[in-house]
Amino acid sequence: MKESVSKFADSEVGPKVRDMDEAESMDPSVVESLFEQGLMGIEIPEEYGGAGMNFTAAIVGIEELARVDPSVSVLCDVHNTLVNTAILKWGSAAMKKKYLPKLATETVGSFCLSEPASGSDAFALKTRATKTDSGSYRISGSKMWITNAMESGVFIVFANLEPSKGYKGISAFIVEKGDRGFSIAKKEKKLGIRASSTCVVNFDDVEVPAENLLGKVGEGYKYAIGLLNEGRIGIAAQMTGLALGAWENAAKYVWNDRKQFGQLVGSFQGMQHQLAQAYTEICAARAMVFNAARKKEAGEDFVMDAAMAKLFSSQVAGRVSGQAIEWMGGMGFVREGIAEKMWRDSKIGAIYEGTSNIQLTTVAKLLQKEYTT
Amino acid sequence: MYSSQTNKCLLIDFWHSVAERESAVRGRLECLPARMSKSLRILVPVKRVIDYAIKPRVNKSQTGIDTAGVKHSLNPFDELSIEEAVRLRERKKTPVSDILAFSAGPAKCADTLRTAMAMGADRAIHVEVPEDQPLEPLGVAKLLKAVAEKEESNLVLVGKQAIDDDSGQTGQMLAGLLGWPQATQASKVEIEGETVTVTKEVDGGVDTVRARLPMIITTDLRLNEPRYASLPNIMKAKKKKIEKKTLEDYGVDGRRRLKTIKVEEPPPRKGGGKVQDVDGMISKLKELGKIWAFDVLPFPSSVSRPDGFLTLNATRSNLE
Ligand SMILES: Cc1cc2nc3c(=O)[nH]c(=O)nc-3n(C[C@H](O)[C@H](O)[C@H](O)COP(=O)(O)OP(=O)(O)OC[C@H]3O[C@@H](n4cnc5c(N)ncnc54)[C@H](O)[C@@H]3O)c2cc1C
Repeated sequence: MKESVSKFADSEVGPKVRDMDEAESMDPSVVESLFEQGLMGIEIPEEYGGAGMNFTAAIVGIEELARVDPSVSVLCDVHNTLVNTAILKWGSAAMKKKYLPKLATETVGSFCLSEPASGSDAFALKTRATKTDSGSYRISGSKMWITNAMESGVFIVFANLEPSKGYKGISAFIVEKGDRGFSIAKKEKKLGIRASSTCVVNFDDVEVPAENLLGKVGEGYKYAIGLLNEGRIGIAAQMTGLALGAWENAAKYVWNDRKQFGQLVGSFQGMQHQLAQAYTEICAARAMVFNAARKKEAGEDFVMDAAMAKLFSSQVAGRVSGQAIEWMGGMGFVREGIAEKMWRDSKIGAIYEGTSNIQLTTVAKLLQKEYTT
Repeated sequence: MYSSQTNKCLLIDFWHSVAERESAVRGRLECLPARMSKSLRILVPVKRVIDYAIKPRVNKSQTGIDTAGVKHSLNPFDELSIEEAVRLRERKKTPVSDILAFSAGPAKCADTLRTAMAMGADRAIHVEVPEDQPLEPLGVAKLLKAVAEKEESNLVLVGKQAIDDDSGQTGQMLAGLLGWPQATQASKVEIEGETVTVTKEVDGGVDTVRARLPMIITTDLRLNEPRYASLPNIMKAKKKKIEKKTLEDYGVDGRRRLKTIKVEEPPPRKGGGKVQDVDGMISKLKELGKIWAFDVLPFPSSVSRPDGFLTLNATRSNLE
């Protein structure tokens, strides 16, 4: 599977990476081919048109895509680990039947939690839902930083139905792009992952039928925590894939192309040690990612592992992709190859699905609990 | 009537008109009794080779290529064959009732066969042959003959060569052993009922041949663009069957007739030089003693030295 995704990424995505980054937009043909390859329904069972694979397969796919383009990777990551998983886990039979086949074959999904005034403190969200007399729900508010918004047809939206209960009033709903009152207000211009759309979306009294409530009333916060705990492993895989892609790109250059002082620049010991150190860090990060995935798969407690994996992978990605530019000298600095892009892309790993500080807080909390006598 | 048709066939090489040639071939084939069933049973031999992107390294004892720990994959020409088999099925012109992937080689060939099945082959047969004693083309051809007969295949789509040993012999030997018609280096395959039309690209044009099933087709790069196995198909392939067989099952003797004396790396390429124009290139080549005679001809032609130093096929205009 890894080989197949890697081949696909190299030949179908690879040639478009530079142009998509410059244009700050995702080529629709890339999205189409992700569906064709089954990469948008990795964990969706075959009966709904998915590949019926496991979580680890999703991680492998996300990592392989990121090796070539972290923007394409995050599109696939959010869609699979946040949107598909939410419906698979908590969707009713009717909801699964309605949405999973679409999500596996043609419709991109988004996950809408963050808002202008609630980022790290996600559950301070202000979007409101009210129940109408007919039993439907009316959603009103504004979401920010919504990945895939430009491409998506399905949005999972967290809104507070009973604000008096605080975060325990948060519920999750499915909104479709065509619903009245739904609009994309602004597309952000970003430092990195520029081909991945990130938008402000508005919900102006959007009415959704009762059956679009995901799971149970008031459990939205639990779902969000659960999804992000898992999703984090996906982001960690995006970061290790990125680091590997940046490293390989530079390694090929220094060991095959660039000569100075009569020899390949990669043959200087000063360079070799840096390359070896960087590769070791990548391998360590990957071991953390796949260990977290393994634990999740085995039903073990993986929250701390996921947090550490994301924290460390994003640090390694930043470090290695930055060094890779230096190894390539001027050629790493120009907007021709992928070196400088990988470095710009790496920064997001320390921000979304919980900033590095938030991961550290999670790890520390769990450690303190364990070591408090 | 039969003999006159045969005579006509012998003359084929002297005819220039493709139409004339085709009608002659058709004329001959129509003499053959129709004996095949209407659906296609396609046999696709696949080989596990060192990945095309890997630079092969000669082993220390200079007896072969280092294969330990080296990435292997499905021979690219065999990917074309699998893809074509699947496309024949998708085109729905002639029903395809079976696409059988076959491989003879070490245990790891199972991965290669899984890839073939993920691309669309229905099932697979694996004959285990030790990695250090690979079959020679004739051995493979004998084996394929036995498989094609046992499985009642009526079309064998075989890569024109494997990228490891580049022998390029198996398809032709198999055609000889089976006594079936063959079309080599296909760039296009069309099947209508039992009539198969195969196009191959030749210098300055295309060559089209027509034959009737059963037949052998060897595949070339321009035939199609192989798909990447999609994730759902990878999962489906896991449920498909790989039948394990032995050489004895097919009554084939795998003993080698050829002995590899020595394998060497090609000499490292020396840096090139730049020339200004065609005249500069010609005088440079002469100076280096790399050509023995060179006339720039008004029409394409070959210039070669008896000991095969360099063959040029050029006109002044296409050099410039
Ligand atoms: C490109 C992109 C895509 C995104 N995609 C999505 C998406 O699809 N869906 C979605 O819902 N959200 C998405 N987000 C939002 C993302 O999850 C948030 O940006 C992130 O959670 C951080 O929130 P914030 O930006 O408001 O930063 P803030 O919360 O304002 O944080 C600012 C700084 O304060 C620090 N900080 C905050 N609280 C603490 C604390 N308690 N202790 C120590 N330090 C603290 C942070 O670590 C950070 O350094 C995306 C963001 C980006 C940039």
